[in-house]
Amino acid sequence: MDSSLLVILLFLPIAGSIISFLLNNAASWYVAILFSVATVVLSLLALNNLEGGYLQYNAMWIPTIGANLNLSFHALAFLMTFLTGLVFLISFIFIDAKQIEKPARFYGLMLLSQAGLLGVFLANDAFLFYIFWELALIPVYFLCSMYGGANRIRTSFKFFIYTFIGSLLMLVGIIYIHQQGVTQNFAWEIFTATGNSLPVSTQIVLFALFFVAFAIKMPIFPLHTWQPDTYEQSATPVTIVLSALMVKMGLFAIIIWLLPVLQLGAEWWKEAIMVLSVVSIVYASAMALVQQNIKRLVAYSSIAHIGLMCAAVFSYPILGEEHIGANAVVMQMFNHGINILGMWLLVYVVEKRFGTQDLNEMGGIAKVAPIFTTALVIISFANISLPLTNAFPAEFMMFSALFTSGSRFAIGLTIFAGLSIIFGAIYTLRMIQQVAFGPADEDKNSRFSDLAWHETLAISVVVMLILIVGFYPNIIFNLISTMQ
Amino acid sequence: MIENIWLVPLFPLIGFLIAGLGRKQLGLAAGWIASLAVLVSFIVSVFIFQEVRSAGFQPTVVHLYDFINVGRLQIPFAFQVDQLSSLFLLIITGIGFLIHVYSIGYMKGDAGFGKYFAYLNLFIFSMLLLVLGSNFLIMFIGWEGVGLCSYLLIGFWYQKKEYALAARKAFVMNRIGDLGFLMGMFLIFAKVGMLDFRTLEDLAFGGQLAEPAYITAIAVCFFIGAMGKSAQIPLFTWLPDAMAGPTPVSALIHAATMVTAGIYMISRAHFIFSFSPTAQTFILFIGLATALVAASIATQQNDIKKVLAYSTVSQLGFMFMALGVGAYATAIFHVMTHAFFKALLFLGSGSVIHAMSNEQDIRLMGGLKKKMPITHITFLVGTLAIAGIPPLSGFFSKDEIMMHLFTHGSFGKVYWLLGMLAALMTAFYMFRLYFVTFLGEFRGGEKLKSHLHESPALMTVPLIVLAILSAIGGFVGIPEVFGLGEHRLLEFLEPVLEKSLIMPPEVLHLSHTAEFLMMGVAVAIALMGILLAWGAFKKYNPAAQRTGLAKFLENKWYFDEAYESGIQKPFMRFSAFAYKNVENKTIDGAVNGIGRLVQFTSEKLRLLQNGSVGVYLFLMVLGMVLLFIIQFFLHG
Repeated sequence: MDSSLLVILLFLPIAGSIISFLLNNAASWYVAILFSVATVVLSLLALNNLEGGYLQYNAMWIPTIGANLNLSFHALAFLMTFLTGLVFLISFIFIDAKQIEKPARFYGLMLLSQAGLLGVFLANDAFLFYIFWELALIPVYFLCSMYGGANRIRTSFKFFIYTFIGSLLMLVGIIYIHQQGVTQNFAWEIFTATGNSLPVSTQIVLFALFFVAFAIKMPIFPLHTWQPDTYEQSATPVTIVLSALMVKMGLFAIIIWLLPVLQLGAEWWKEAIMVLSVVSIVYASAMALVQQNIKRLVAYSSIAHIGLMCAAVFSYPILGEEHIGANAVVMQMFNHGINILGMWLLVYVVEKRFGTQDLNEMGGIAKVAPIFTTALVIISFANISLPLTNAFPAEFMMFSALFTSGSRFAIGLTIFAGLSIIFGAIYTLRMIQQVAFGPADEDKNSRFSDLAWHETLAISVVVMLILIVGFYPNIIFNLISTMQ
Repeated sequence: MIENIWLVPLFPLIGFLIAGLGRKQLGLAAGWIASLAVLVSFIVSVFIFQEVRSAGFQPTVVHLYDFINVGRLQIPFAFQVDQLSSLFLLIITGIGFLIHVYSIGYMKGDAGFGKYFAYLNLFIFSMLLLVLGSNFLIMFIGWEGVGLCSYLLIGFWYQKKEYALAARKAFVMNRIGDLGFLMGMFLIFAKVGMLDFRTLEDLAFGGQLAEPAYITAIAVCFFIGAMGKSAQIPLFTWLPDAMAGPTPVSALIHAATMVTAGIYMISRAHFIFSFSPTAQTFILFIGLATALVAASIATQQNDIKKVLAYSTVSQLGFMFMALGVGAYATAIFHVMTHAFFKALLFLGSGSVIHAMSNEQDIRLMGGLKKKMPITHITFLVGTLAIAGIPPLSGFFSKDEIMMHLFTHGSFGKVYWLLGMLAALMTAFYMFRLYFVTFLGEFRGGEKLKSHLHESPALMTVPLIVLAILSAIGGFVGIPEVFGLGEHRLLEFLEPVLEKSLIMPPEVLHLSHTAEFLMMGVAVAIALMGILLAWGAFKKYNPAAQRTGLAKFLENKWYFDEAYESGIQKPFMRFSAFAYKNVENKTIDGAVNGIGRLVQFTSEKLRLLQNGSVGVYLFLMVLGMVLLFIIQFFLHG
């Protein structure tokens, strides 16, 4: 086994996508499952083959502009590719293929977006990175506009334009840095060296270009309004891809493609971004408090979580020194993917079986659906970072990083961001209560069936991951420590 | 045995899994399995306690595994076995076991029987983590874990909306406190890079945390955590609402164990609090205020459990008073005796509620003495104990707190006087409850009366055991003035707390005469409270309307109303306003506006592409001219 494993990992889903389109029948579900299993297995295999915490593949691609098929694999890339495979696999198992119109098209597009995501997480070449960044977006745009609620065309158009503008800004940045380089090469190492050689004033502008692109993707206040609309209108499997994986592209890009590349620019923007992120946390939490639509509530809750991760990424005392916040963010990127996946799967159940997204019209099903309710309670408490769930150690460390960031406002920011701990409890417990508890209503009870076996299987994997990482967080930290 | 300390929380965890997963199949057996799990833990705890008591014992940290290991952040999952934690192990598993057994009788026939015991075992597990944790983070895991179980058990009968709301209120108020706890941890971690109790103790006494503002900030943050968990002003209003849970839960979680976690935490972290006189004074004031306010509210409540709930809040206030004057061992002493008599009183009230077909209003009770002899006599023992009648347990622990208050600083006598006022009210409201419930004639009507019965042995045996403990539990802390040897609890806890200087009354410049005199006054005040209650309630008229002060107290000083209209409602209104105006109109409006602008302009620009080659050529030439001009100005 060598690094060509990475190429297989990257291109298999594309092959799967083509097969799915060609089959053009319900069997594409099996194809989707098979190729997602392949992603999970291959990422584990690649992890097993790390040499010195690293694995790299490099081949000529477009020599005229110096773009290579340059892939690298390390702990963060592993967590993200593993998560990608797992998220697709679990949602394919959970969501009954019979519920999906034109399955060949659906699974084909899903596998294509999987390939795009894998490319983003594996790319070690800025040009390649950009290609896959867009490749991930396009199938998701089609999925958004073809599957979902009544307003889906309008919202997915908005979503597409919004993120596309961000991407263009990033493209300008990439081309600029490329032009300044001594060798005509997009490789990460060269890109980093070039970026850091630029004068501060240039770095500040470039940093802003990149950051806006990534901030839209995450999203960070005030660039977030596409998200609740899109989550609300999209079909749940698509929402899962968006919130469990695509928002991680923004954080991933900051960690790999922004902080190391424009260090002086980062230093200049650092504090402003921390403040903005913390505003994002508290603002989104406050918005979640007043939502009556379950999908919008989860969307705002997710914005709050991402805000904390973004704040923590930038909460380093001195760049290059030990940054426990970064470890925590890497871990939380994985955890958040798992937790929000579980949350959306349950929201999917709720939406299908109650026939509404309105929290006020739900309730009273704890008795008839004990498995569902148990899963809902566990995943909700993971969502508010209760100790012994996966999110707790990372959240603790992220807050700690914010507190020790050396910013003039560190204490104030920590307390202010800490309000989200309280708000989170309020809206999450309200959600549990409105969905599951309350007086049993005969009509609703008769409609609501507990999780089927395949749903139980899928959600059990989520719950197990929440608890295993919650009890033994070092399982992930040990992995991350191989990266430094 | 000490290296096997992990067995103690392991059994309840296994019990939780068995009772939780097999709740459908097991039926009544779920209750017995859960009880057995706690019993085994108790037995292991007794062995550990014996080892801790033996000569030559050194506090031990048992390292289980590395929890977080990132750079300089090294947090092991480790347990600390010393006098303090081993004592709490006994209280938690011992009383926990009695309450489990009682619950089998109490919860029989409930649809959620298995689930109930799963939650109860999960609670014991979390509480054990809380007391065993060798650093703040592991303690915090237990700290939030017990909060979770409290939430689940308060909202156990989730079909009633107000119960679910009470559960949420409890969790949220605790989370407010938890934010304080977290801030305390961040403050410590930022400075010294770890959270381990023993290392921190060495650092503190080595003077490395001595900067007053810094250590006061830490102490106040942790105390905010304790305010939430131990229901102190201003975060106490969740505890009375928490009575929505099944009564044994109130006994276990909301009286004997979880709510004393704040006292445990402060005693565990005595090396922080002892260095901050400011924080200590703050704790003293909060404790004193809570003791008085809650006791005053308790005098006017009509729900048997609400009286006990406010009583608990008030008694917790007493414990914080002790902590406020640095008398850690005394606070622990009161935690212990309170665990006995308050668990007893709650279980007794559960027995009453059981007999009353779930009616909790004391105005409908009366004369229960005849129908429920065991419940009556054990409840009376608990009432005498909490009122402070010697030689029952409550007398000794409360008296010790009063001694410490009396000798504390220049205002000691004022604190003592206020404490005595709270004690007077305690005796009054408890005997009011006793007289109205057990004496006189039954007022609940024929239907309820025909159903009255003494509870089954599963419930009365735990009552009897707890009554015995409430009666004799105080003998572990008999003051030396009686000449019966040393204060054994103080002596036992000394190795843990010695550096924080807890002074026995002898050292507190109190002569024997003065000590006896104060005890006499305390007993006289308790008796006065009882007599006042007798005078007011021997002929009880439930129909009497309350006015003025009584009405104010009946409505709990309007705390809930003030929070609702002062904090909760304005904030929700603000959020709704922001959602409508900032989020939807301003931000999203701007985004959509830009979008529309682009669409509008492209709509117009589109007209340029009209297919006429002449226009294209013209525009091309125009562009080239512009480029030349730009080039000229830039480089010319």
